[in-house]
Amino acid sequence: MVLTFYVAAAIAVICTALMITRLKGVHALLYLVVSFLALATVFYTLGAPYVAVLEVIVYAGAIMVLFVFVMMMLNIGDRAIQIERAWLDPKAWIGPGILAAILLAELAYILVAPAGSPGIVPEVGPKEVGIALFGPYLFGVELVSMLLLAGIVGAYHLGWNAPGEVESLYAMESSRQRAVVSGDFVRAGVDRPTDTP
Amino acid sequence: MLGLIGLLTRRNVIFTLMSIEVMLNAAGLAFVAAGARWGQADGQVMFLFILAMAAAEVSVGLALVLRLHRLYKSVNIDDASTLKG
Repeated sequence: MVLTFYVAAAIAVICTALMITRLKGVHALLYLVVSFLALATVFYTLGAPYVAVLEVIVYAGAIMVLFVFVMMMLNIGDRAIQIERAWLDPKAWIGPGILAAILLAELAYILVAPAGSPGIVPEVGPKEVGIALFGPYLFGVELVSMLLLAGIVGAYHLGWNAPGEVESLYAMESSRQRAVVSGDFVRAGVDRPTDTP
Repeated sequence: MLGLIGLLTRRNVIFTLMSIEVMLNAAGLAFVAAGARWGQADGQVMFLFILAMAAAEVSVGLALVLRLHRLYKSVNIDDASTLKG
């Protein structure tokens, strides 16, 4: 179990180092996903299986899907198909593939190891975490729910395709030619509701 | 540490957000390790809070990235310094 911990930690550090040195964003994302999976293995060996599962689901699942989604949205265009084909060549994913295979071997080793083998530290299961979460930390849970609500509203507001955005582009860049939109200055804020500042 | 290096060296907004994720993960790892050291569940509770905070942060941050890309046709963070006095 100690060896598993050190190997997973080494994989996490290597993946993070490779992540920040990649030039293309998608390659960095591959290494980041493997880094999160390695970190989940580290959490499991530290006796925190609930956190390990959440790491895989939320980080390697949801947040990475968000990153991939945005990165693909930023590349809309004619050349996007060729660019994506170039991203998917085998040189790109063979490095993360090898590291993920090592992690898979560790997972298999943990599964086939005798169940009574003690970990590094005593395990703190989901039940204790839940009791602590909804006992003394109940106020924190409410605060987190408010934060998530604010996040939803903020993301929706920022992602909303506001009318008059083209005008704001011309208004912000002073060096750009303004003669094109000079007739639009009056109409720029007409469709805005009157009660907003 | 690596996340901080990544934040300081890269000028791409996507990489900046990824480095922030790495740093939040490191903080969560420290909490979980400390909780495991003393056998308490508090460290894992703190990791859950960090997890929710990271999810909210990354959703707002990526919406900002989309907005920035729509405005400047670029994801370079130095292009967005027009607010500077």
